[in-house]
Amino acid sequence: MRNLIQFLLKNSVVFLFLFLELIAFSLLIKNNNYQNSKVFNSSNFLIGNLFATINNVEEYFSLKEVNNELAEQNAQLQTTNISSFIKVYGNTVQIKDTDYFQKYAYTSAKVINGSTNKRENYITLDKGSLNGIKPGMGVISAKGIIGTVKNVSENFCSVMSVLHEKNAVSAKIKKSGYIGSLVWELGDYRIAELKDLPNHVQLSIGDTVISSGYSMVFPEGINIGVIKDFSLEDGSNFYDVQVEFSVDYKSLSHVFIVKSWMKDEQKKLEALNNEVVE
Amino acid sequence: MIINVIKYGIVFILLILFQGLILNNIEFGGYVNPFLYVVFILMLPFETPKWLVLVLGFVVGIAIDSFSSTLGMHTSATVFMAFCRGYLLKLIEPRGGYEFNTKPSIQFMGVTWYLLYACVLVLLHHLFLFYIESFKLSQFFATFGRAIASTFFTLILVLIVQLFNFKSTTRS
Repeated sequence: MRNLIQFLLKNSVVFLFLFLELIAFSLLIKNNNYQNSKVFNSSNFLIGNLFATINNVEEYFSLKEVNNELAEQNAQLQTTNISSFIKVYGNTVQIKDTDYFQKYAYTSAKVINGSTNKRENYITLDKGSLNGIKPGMGVISAKGIIGTVKNVSENFCSVMSVLHEKNAVSAKIKKSGYIGSLVWELGDYRIAELKDLPNHVQLSIGDTVISSGYSMVFPEGINIGVIKDFSLEDGSNFYDVQVEFSVDYKSLSHVFIVKSWMKDEQKKLEALNNEVVE
Repeated sequence: MIINVIKYGIVFILLILFQGLILNNIEFGGYVNPFLYVVFILMLPFETPKWLVLVLGFVVGIAIDSFSSTLGMHTSATVFMAFCRGYLLKLIEPRGGYEFNTKPSIQFMGVTWYLLYACVLVLLHHLFLFYIESFKLSQFFATFGRAIASTFFTLILVLIVQLFNFKSTTRS
């Protein structure tokens, strides 16, 4: 017994080291189920507020670009406005109110922190559960898709960016309508890979890639990027396609969080498919 | 003693803020980013007990981790580095031991000694960190390259911090 105590005392530093590493690794592994780490991630109150303050200052430096972006979007919205259309047939127009349901609603938010240089990149936004944000909502900007809301605190939320190894987005070639899945891998933050495109599809460099709307997270037709390069290995059934993002993830400022009203309904319906038929 | 605690406390806060708010945004070519905060472990006095170095490594790591939402990654790497520090100091101890009231810095120990000391520890930290981050060996050489390149930039920053130290102490 005495020997054991002596041994422990003699190597106390080594044991402390092992103990601390054990804590660190258990944190690391727990942290991979992101939900457990609400306390320490950057959507927590103290650090979230700090980033918000810093961002308040930083914002001024990009005012010009943000203004341009907003003006562009305003122009776009103006074109879709009813007043920019003229009636073609006669004077009476039938308006069927109940023909249209609102499927998506948007909340604007400001990016207060983010990264592009890790394997798993996150963005922190200044809207949280008080603004009705829930995990699983999509995030887009005027230029394209951004990511999916992962964790929510009262005033902030953290978004799993498209630049995240485990975030696959269902994407569509605009021209032909074929669906693939878009995955980003560490390296260039401007380039992603589009997988699962069968080899008989006609592709050309410069084709636009948009969101498919299948995932129930993003509306259909949100810009993702353009095809930069593609190749077909011998004997392979699928293309290797490189897509250049339309969004510059380093200079994000204002984004929209997408609330999908019909997501639950669609999920519920699709869940029925898995039930055993009696 | 108390003066030291206050001094290192201030340095600690400044380093964490500098790393979390500025350096985390810096990257060269999408691969490299410097982690200056390790200089905190490098600059602790020789007499610091080993357990305290470990605990401080843990605290620094967890503070950095909460900034970048990578809980556990920097913590484990910094604790590992703090653990290696004791052995390295013994290994490169000058003849006659370390003089009392000196610190591991260029001013007291010379450029060669300091470079060796900083190089080894920073490299160990970065290798550990980047392999923990990737958590697989399939991209062994890419990860290795990232670690080496980041080490280089961190070392440059560490040396710049040393220059600050040097001037302020010689003037007074």
